[in-house]
Amino acid sequence: MIRTRRIAIFYVAFVTALSVVFLMTPLVVTVIVSFANSTVFTLPPPDWSFRWYERMAARAGLIPSLLLSLQIAAISTAISLIAGTLCAIATVRGRFPGRDAIATFVVSPLMMPGLVVGVAMLQFLRELGLRDAYTSLLIAHIVITMPYVMRTVMASLSLFDFSLIDAARTLGCSYPRALRKVMVPVLAPAFLTSGLFAFLASLDNYPISIFFTDPRTKTLPIQMLQFLEEQPDPSIAAMSACLILLTIVVLFVGDRLVGLRRLADF
Amino acid sequence: MIAAMRRIDPLAWLAVPATAYLAFAFALPLGLLLVKSVWTADGFTLASYVKFFADPFSWRVLTNTLKIAFLVTLVTLLLGYPVAFALAMSRGWLQVMLLVAMILPLSIGAVVKAFSWQIVLRRDGVVNRFLEWTGLIDEPVRFLFTETGLVLGAANIFLPFMVLPIYSVVRLIDPRLSEAAATLGAGPVYGFLRITAILSLPGVVAGIAFVFSLSISMYVIPSLLIGDRYQLLATLTGRSFLFLRNETLGSTVAVILLIIAIAVVMVSSYLSNRLRSAR
Repeated sequence: MIRTRRIAIFYVAFVTALSVVFLMTPLVVTVIVSFANSTVFTLPPPDWSFRWYERMAARAGLIPSLLLSLQIAAISTAISLIAGTLCAIATVRGRFPGRDAIATFVVSPLMMPGLVVGVAMLQFLRELGLRDAYTSLLIAHIVITMPYVMRTVMASLSLFDFSLIDAARTLGCSYPRALRKVMVPVLAPAFLTSGLFAFLASLDNYPISIFFTDPRTKTLPIQMLQFLEEQPDPSIAAMSACLILLTIVVLFVGDRLVGLRRLADF
Repeated sequence: MIAAMRRIDPLAWLAVPATAYLAFAFALPLGLLLVKSVWTADGFTLASYVKFFADPFSWRVLTNTLKIAFLVTLVTLLLGYPVAFALAMSRGWLQVMLLVAMILPLSIGAVVKAFSWQIVLRRDGVVNRFLEWTGLIDEPVRFLFTETGLVLGAANIFLPFMVLPIYSVVRLIDPRLSEAAATLGAGPVYGFLRITAILSLPGVVAGIAFVFSLSISMYVIPSLLIGDRYQLLATLTGRSFLFLRNETLGSTVAVILLIIAIAVVMVSSYLSNRLRSAR
């Protein structure tokens, strides 16, 4: 029996170690390549340099697309945080028919193929006569971000003890004050986690955005893939390394604020 | 009428903005796509589907998509299931490290990761160097632009989506249950299969549904790792709209992909409801 246990633990440890190496390899390789002084992607690199970072900074179109992506991600996440939270409160707390269906519906864009959603929205918006890339991107990215907020806030609300609000009211708090003092602190981690993943999902989205870009309005993933098709040199690795660094910083802040375990609540 | 409206919980109004928005910007377009694929100027017709399924190429694309999605799901399940247990059982810095290893790749974009897999899988890439070093192969194997390369890359990118749902179920399993089983004389294998494995099923179902639906709809990853010669439903949809300008074909393929995705969601929610009521 002890032997079976040992074998099981050894097996779990082995597969886990393998998986961690598997998961980290692409990230580590990208960072190494970005500092290599060579045009080809040889590993280990013959020499180190910052030339790909200089080349990256010189590549036209990178900064505008980064700014556009950040802007779209921030606005759509903010709108989704408000509408998604209200909807989560209604479905968890409300007593009306069809609230399960609403909960499923608002989370459903997450499971639908992005490309199909993109095609459908493109045809729809074109029929409505909307051709502005920025507005279309924003409309689409709210659809992308909403499910993240809804899912996480809903999960966190279903664990929330609503009688605490009544208790605060009994103790003399006004209703808004009771909400602010009791519910907001409890929900804050869910806001942060869902906002973080919604933001990253928007920043990363390719299959929906591709239908709403024009030559002057390109989001970051689309611009990067275009660079990759036109001239695949390690400056793409430098961009990737910067994005990896940015993500590490964001996750570090997230860990300080809510703890990694909550971030893993999927 | 007014009485009926009064009876509805006022909290329901809070759900209106999000629901109305998604109904307008998400459900309505998808519905129109479906309707337009069977409703043309001549009335109801399945002609585009008949044409699609009459072409052997279409069948190859369909089987390619399902085969790749199945393989990716299998690889992520085989790797992810033990990892979820490791994540749930570990403590302290080890757990933090494992969590970082899951969440960091999850937060990094598909373009970045697919690009790094292009480097990793090259003839002189890390995978080939490693295999040569272990002596498993004598000369470099071609991974890039092969099915193996695509499955490896996609499994790498989707692995966290398998691990985290299983982890969130496994860590809630009461360890006293296994102890009780052992006390009652169950062997470790029997105890695991009858208790832990069954209790972890909701997480497994969620993970499989996640990875499978991500795999059938991936677009960037196959574009970078296998190229245009090997088409999947999603890449064919994209190509029809963006390059071939063949909107009829594109819409047909998109609807087929949509139906598969909806089927995955329905089967998985049916299974998880069954599992919930069985408990």
